[in-house]
Amino acid sequence: MTTHPATAPSTGPATGSKAAAAIEKARSEGRAALIGYLPAGFPDVQATIDAGIAMAENGVDLIEIGIPYSDPVMDGHVIQEATVEALANGFTVPRIFDVVAGITSATDAAVLVMTYWNPVMRMGVREFAERLAAAGGAGLITPDLIPDEASEWLEASDAFGLDRVFLVAPSTSPQRMQATVDASRGFVYAVSVMGVTGARTSVGAAARAVVDAAHAAGAERVCVGLGVSSSAQVREIGAYADGVIVGTALVAALRDGGVDAVAELTRELSTGTGKASA
Amino acid sequence: MTDMHQDTGHDGTGDRAEDAIDAGTAEAFLSHDESLRHAPGPYFGSYGGRWMPESLIAALDELQDTFDKAKADPEFTAQVAELNRNYAGRPSLLTEAQRFAEHCGGVRIFLKREDLNHTGSHKINNVLGQALIAKRMGKTRVIAETGAGQHGVASATAAALLGLECVVYMGAEDTRRQALNVARMQLLGATVVPVTNGSQTLKDAINEALRDWVANVETTHYLLGTAAGAHPFPSMVRYFHEVIGDEAREQILEQTGKLPDAVCACVGGGSNAIGMFHGFLDDRDVALYGFEAGGDGVETGRHAATITLGRPGVLHGARSYLMQDEDGQTMESHSISAGLDYPGVGPEHAYLADIGRAHYEPITDAEAMEAFKILSQAEGIIPAIETAHALAGAMKVGRRLAADLGPGEKASDRIVVVNLSGRGDKDVATAAEYFDLLPDDSAEQEIAQEGEQL
Repeated sequence: MTTHPATAPSTGPATGSKAAAAIEKARSEGRAALIGYLPAGFPDVQATIDAGIAMAENGVDLIEIGIPYSDPVMDGHVIQEATVEALANGFTVPRIFDVVAGITSATDAAVLVMTYWNPVMRMGVREFAERLAAAGGAGLITPDLIPDEASEWLEASDAFGLDRVFLVAPSTSPQRMQATVDASRGFVYAVSVMGVTGARTSVGAAARAVVDAAHAAGAERVCVGLGVSSSAQVREIGAYADGVIVGTALVAALRDGGVDAVAELTRELSTGTGKASA
Repeated sequence: MTDMHQDTGHDGTGDRAEDAIDAGTAEAFLSHDESLRHAPGPYFGSYGGRWMPESLIAALDELQDTFDKAKADPEFTAQVAELNRNYAGRPSLLTEAQRFAEHCGGVRIFLKREDLNHTGSHKINNVLGQALIAKRMGKTRVIAETGAGQHGVASATAAALLGLECVVYMGAEDTRRQALNVARMQLLGATVVPVTNGSQTLKDAINEALRDWVANVETTHYLLGTAAGAHPFPSMVRYFHEVIGDEAREQILEQTGKLPDAVCACVGGGSNAIGMFHGFLDDRDVALYGFEAGGDGVETGRHAATITLGRPGVLHGARSYLMQDEDGQTMESHSISAGLDYPGVGPEHAYLADIGRAHYEPITDAEAMEAFKILSQAEGIIPAIETAHALAGAMKVGRRLAADLGPGEKASDRIVVVNLSGRGDKDVATAAEYFDLLPDDSAEQEIAQEGEQL
């Protein structure tokens, strides 16, 4: 699968990377990893912890917890509404560490935090990294931080042994693909379509091209997100990607049916990776 | 300036000092070694950059490449000049305001008349330039954000002129309050999309435009309305507005034989101000003043004085001063002027503030409305409420200059140029309500109470 492992020091060895270890474990079982996203504090912090644990117990390999932010330019309506509610319910940024610690203390799942950059910058990149590591977090997924602007984060993530998951897109040039793959650790997040988060009936051919390009640039682990909502899509994408990320569908399940609905959808989605039947 | 700077949030520590530009740059500037003009970006000191999703980086690269080539192409610069002259009505006048000057300590006041441009403000300079750039990129569709509707109307105008499809994002609340500007955009052939997300204000309109852009970037150019956002927007928007300062400098030399003592402009995102300032950046003896919206007063928390009270952060693609809480969440700004009601500011202004080349001060709603009334009655010019902030600032600057005269000097030796960035026709209902000029049962009063800016 990996064409140029030697050129990918950052996404290479799983040693020390919690996200990489989770994906490699799935790989060793002959399947793609399932990654589930929920925003922190929706509808409250305890619910996020409970739902995170439910995801881990029902087939998710890696958990992505989003920090609600006032200006989420990469998110569609469902996630926007959830994060607006979380903020209205009093969520504050330091509580992300309670969520991460609550999940990592109860499960073996790797937990990444997905965040727009300003809240991290406001706390201080190093302080944020230190507290995330102390809470047992694996690292960060950064939708509006490109490696070009990430020098502080590259340094802090090295200092505290955290994964740094940057995004690549169908529009990413070959040069930027190489630079982003080189800067990433844990995995590379392949945006399946040009657009924002939200369930789509099909993620199209662009996703595969992005994954292939990332692999060709030396990425050992490439996971696909945006628009994935069914086990059929998980199966389709899992055939060529190392992991599949589901967000909006899980958020809608939590909204409509609570933690039980999240557990049920996770079980259904994990049939797409073959884990549930394994 | 520094002592005024405190965290808009709660801890009050601020971090201007640690974020200030390195001493070397400041020294180079102070020793006159370094021109501040034509700063290309992406960085202005530690500000600017591209804090954007990867999905949009290719589009920003394409935009930068196209813009760089266009600037060097005589055909493009001639096209811009021709549109400025024969469509927008440039050069705009420089008008001496002798009766208004009596309220400014007696210094000489000159108004750069951007209000006389087609569509009634400086906004036309930028939209014509960017629409031409969009066409050079082969894009068939432009999208824009708008608060009160001025940039939306200007964008719809440029799109109509150049045969581009135009979609304008506007907070749902604003579309209701600004129904006439919505109609104006529709008359020009644009589609107006009410934004119901988040706080339903200008910043949310920008968020929604960015979401559209990510999904439609193949066919679409985002015609950003101010000198903020990711590179190359700050330097590109400034480029198209540099004509303001270039003309003003030439005109003031022609009319008075010397450079002004001070130049004043209002600052929301900061496009009219940066265009005006640019002409004088390397004239070290010309003081530059940007006036931010102080709303109900900066001590009330209800304001849009981003540089005065904000702290560095990233929003909409650039690192700059930002009104944010202790969690890094963007705070809502407040101003009687919709055009200044933005919690961020262009990165070049943040830099000019840090190195001390330009000074930024807040003007309250009440001070702005007083200046609005004075200019209207002293000069027969009704300014935009945004512009009234610059006028109120000029009154303060003029009085300070007059109070600081040397022996044998008189106030009329001092010269202040004010960028009259827009006309006030759109603000008549707001102003009439503010000054209680409307009968209680009039339809206009009902509209004005909702904040309509006609």
